[in-house]
Amino acid sequence: MSLFSRLGEKSWETPGVPAEDPASYRPEAARVGLIVYFLVATFLFLLVTSAYFMRMGVEAGHGSHGSTGDWHPMPEPPLIWINTAVLMMASLAWEAARAMGRRGMAAPMRTAFLSAGLFGLLFLAGQLLLWRDYAAAGYFLAANPANSFFYLLTALHGLHIAGGLFFWLRALLRPRGAPLPVELCAAYWHFLLLVWLAMLALLVST
Amino acid sequence: MAVAAAIALLVVASILFHLLSPWWMTPIASNWGSIDNALIITLYICAIAFVGLNLFLALALMKYRARPGHKAHYEPENSRLEKRLTLWTGIGIAAMLAPGLIAWHEYVTVPEDAAVIEATGQQWQWSYRFPGADGVLGSAAVSHISADNPFGLNPADPFGRDDILVETSELHMPIGKPVKMVLRSKDVLHDFYVPQFRAKMDLVPGIVTYFWMTPTRIGTYDILCAELCGVGHHMMRGSVVVEDQQSFDDWLSGQMTYGQYLAQNHAAARTRLASADVAGPNGGQ
Amino acid sequence: MATVTLADDLKPLHHPRTWIGKYVWSQDHKVIAIQYATTAIAVGLLALVLSGLMRLQLAYPDTFDFIQPDNYLQYVTIHGMIMVIYLLTALLLGGFGNYLIPLMIGARDMVFPFVNMLSYWVYLLAVMVLVASFFVPGGPTGSGWTLYPPQTILEGTPGADLGIIMMLVSLAIFVVAFTMGGLNYVTTVLQARTKGMTLMRMPCSVWGIFVASIMGLLAFPALFVACIMMALDRIAGTSFFMPELVSMGNRTGYQGGSPILFQHLFWFFGHPEVYIVALPAFGIVSDLVAVHARKNIFGYRMMVWAIVIIGALSFFVWAHHMYVSGMNPYFGFFFATSTLIIAVPTAIKVYNWLLTLWKGNIHLRVPMLFAIGFLFTFIHGGLSGLFLGNVSVDVPLSDTFFVIGHFHMVMGVSPILVIFGAIYHWYPKITGRMWNDTVAKLHFWITFIGVYAIFLPMHYLGILGVPRRYYALGETGFIPPSAHLANEMITIAALTVAAAQLLFFWNMIWSLFRGTRADPNPWGATTLEWQTPDTPPAHGNWGPKLPVVYRWAYDYSVPGHARDFIPQNAPPASAPPPKGEGA
Repeated sequence: MSLFSRLGEKSWETPGVPAEDPASYRPEAARVGLIVYFLVATFLFLLVTSAYFMRMGVEAGHGSHGSTGDWHPMPEPPLIWINTAVLMMASLAWEAARAMGRRGMAAPMRTAFLSAGLFGLLFLAGQLLLWRDYAAAGYFLAANPANSFFYLLTALHGLHIAGGLFFWLRALLRPRGAPLPVELCAAYWHFLLLVWLAMLALLVST
Repeated sequence: MAVAAAIALLVVASILFHLLSPWWMTPIASNWGSIDNALIITLYICAIAFVGLNLFLALALMKYRARPGHKAHYEPENSRLEKRLTLWTGIGIAAMLAPGLIAWHEYVTVPEDAAVIEATGQQWQWSYRFPGADGVLGSAAVSHISADNPFGLNPADPFGRDDILVETSELHMPIGKPVKMVLRSKDVLHDFYVPQFRAKMDLVPGIVTYFWMTPTRIGTYDILCAELCGVGHHMMRGSVVVEDQQSFDDWLSGQMTYGQYLAQNHAAARTRLASADVAGPNGGQ
Repeated sequence: MATVTLADDLKPLHHPRTWIGKYVWSQDHKVIAIQYATTAIAVGLLALVLSGLMRLQLAYPDTFDFIQPDNYLQYVTIHGMIMVIYLLTALLLGGFGNYLIPLMIGARDMVFPFVNMLSYWVYLLAVMVLVASFFVPGGPTGSGWTLYPPQTILEGTPGADLGIIMMLVSLAIFVVAFTMGGLNYVTTVLQARTKGMTLMRMPCSVWGIFVASIMGLLAFPALFVACIMMALDRIAGTSFFMPELVSMGNRTGYQGGSPILFQHLFWFFGHPEVYIVALPAFGIVSDLVAVHARKNIFGYRMMVWAIVIIGALSFFVWAHHMYVSGMNPYFGFFFATSTLIIAVPTAIKVYNWLLTLWKGNIHLRVPMLFAIGFLFTFIHGGLSGLFLGNVSVDVPLSDTFFVIGHFHMVMGVSPILVIFGAIYHWYPKITGRMWNDTVAKLHFWITFIGVYAIFLPMHYLGILGVPRRYYALGETGFIPPSAHLANEMITIAALTVAAAQLLFFWNMIWSLFRGTRADPNPWGATTLEWQTPDTPPAHGNWGPKLPVVYRWAYDYSVPGHARDFIPQNAPPASAPPPKGEGA
């Protein structure tokens, strides 16, 4: 039943128990919780992005702030592309882990799980290096609004990466027999890759 | 029972309070009667709803209070009734919104012949500027502000030379002429509010905001800052004196222009230099 | 950790054995609910005291030397912030949401009990950081609960050095706590409803809290982002919100930032926030009215749809807080229209509450009295909102006492009346005891009449033009001396109502120990929380078997049935009621 038809139900007219046991068709709670969290994080990044545009002066009619001409886009050193590639490798590893999980290959799945997280860790380290490089080249946080937004966006993204790493490590440290949450982790890391690609497109084009 | 009576009494008390209260709109001193009208229309529609709904509530509480032998009716929904109520509510809302939007359209449409007056706000005082004979305000920016240049006028802009500067908090306006109040802030958010004029707008540092009005009554009115701006917010006061054209012209001609101000400063600076420099070769020019 | 698996369970239930595990680091939603509620009420009492100080200053301006403009503004700010966020949001969602959701949908607990527990302790941390801001040099921020830049982080506003940082940190921590809680409430409603509990068989209370939780998850990120950006402006010298300015004669290093950007972000959060407070109140009051009028909530489907529509629309009205902010004035047309449109589903809810009472069998017990109090005051507050939403009418009223009257009526009066009604209503289930009826009625009358007396006159002072957030009115040409009399009357009413709350606290605590033992379902309610085998509900709520739901939540006074209610888990046809039923 679609959501709309369910909300249109005249529940006083139909006492009794529906035939299907909800447990048979409801997805697992953790999965639903993760999807809800994706909505939250999406709103978070969308809001920063709209603030970004407002500050840049793309939005007409908000007074003349952004068009004061103080917006200086930051350069894109090679490291930013390397980090992107690393994050893509992480996603690939997560997909591999999922595939092996589906085939019941426990040991290779665990290896893929491990490597995917390591790529994520590498990405985070790479981002910190990127920050250091920018700072060394004089692109400080407060120097220019483009800089401020760059650091803000990458910090928020980085925090989410760190959160993902926390859950990855926690899962790895469970006793050997416990199942690894491959599906959930894979979904989360793919989401982070998508967010990163969107951010990159924003930063490169403006 | 008691609560039904209480609701009915509260309705009556509220109406009485409204009729007897000494606190109501100040007599209007501007052209914004359309705002007052929109408010009154909103008030009457809301009053009908307030009285009607609450008396219905009181009646329901009385008629349907629990007592032996009494049973509740069973009616899960009545789509027809709900649809009709929705429709009438929509009509009531539209009836309130229409005059409000019409007045707002007027509010955002500045008449072409409006004279420009600039009000500058800072923590915690007002100052004003008139465009002078050339009818154009000179450019100004925070970057030009200094002890000698409190208005932040651009000394290189010729349009600014004849700008008339008023550093006291008393502003004068001629009666009957539309005015576009152009608003600047040197530091934080403020708001230029004169209750008798009804119109107001925030002052936002970094941009120039505006509103317009036509003063219609002679008198002196308080300016109250209406956006929290720190510990002196409640003391950031000024006054607007609305007077006939002649009195206004007299007042205006008594104020200093930027050009005169610059000359005065220049002369003062030369006097300082001359007195400070006793034997140096650069004394005076 | 110890777990126990009961029949019908899909996952094991965390089962602590120590006292600390049961009542301190508890993962039981009922204990967590009580923790949230007591913390929220405690900090709410602090906010109440602050409002008393504010009222003393306004009524007797030259009397209290210890109240100066700077600490007056600090009281204003902290009072507002606590009331909106740390009291109302935390109590309605963290308190009532946690207690009622699993019970009303037939679950044993929330789906993420560990995260649920964590959400409380993180909330407590947020409260502690906020309270700590009173003890740092400069004290808490005095910028108004709206925290507008640039003033908030500049000299001239109290707490611009440290207080504001503590506030921003506290809010960020709160958002984390709320996100953890919100994820629980939403996922639990979606995933843990017992067999037969379809979405449209859920009571309105659950709908209100559910939709509010979704809204919160989407709106609080805006506050989070705004807080981080303001913190960076303050600490790192960025210019997100800070334009070029001269502060107290000193040039600052800021440039190019937009104060209006902050306002957009803040109110994108702020407007949904007020509905996050209102919707649970709406849902709960629907249930109070239905139970005590022995009648189904009129137009249940429309009530649910109205909650959903109001929730969705509330994201499109935020700039009605910004009509005179200097934003593009043409936005005013859009936001006035959307704001007045949202009045329609809200009005329908009012009609349906009244139509529930009409032809009901109304028992004027204390919870019903508070529900009636809600109706009266919400009608007033909702109507006054129309003045402010109607853009041009807002122009003279903005930043005056009219706004204060309006938002207190819809946030501070009506939802608080619902909260009292709800606490009285569910007290026998939570504690197993009944409260003293006479004291409760006295509490109701003083509170109800008193709060109306406090806030009604404020609307008129606002129409006169009396501004808000003024330490003192001083001399003006247009404010008559009688306005000062109004301030005195309001203050006396406020202090009286505040004192009367002692009756409530006395009653709640005394009845815990000396109240008569309550029937498990004293009001004859249909919803699941009243059908638990134990009162108060034991750990795991339902005993060995989860309930099965056969009907909607409002089978009251159904024709052809001897009793005037049928519990949700009573099978159709024949069936004597399950054991453990009340009268």
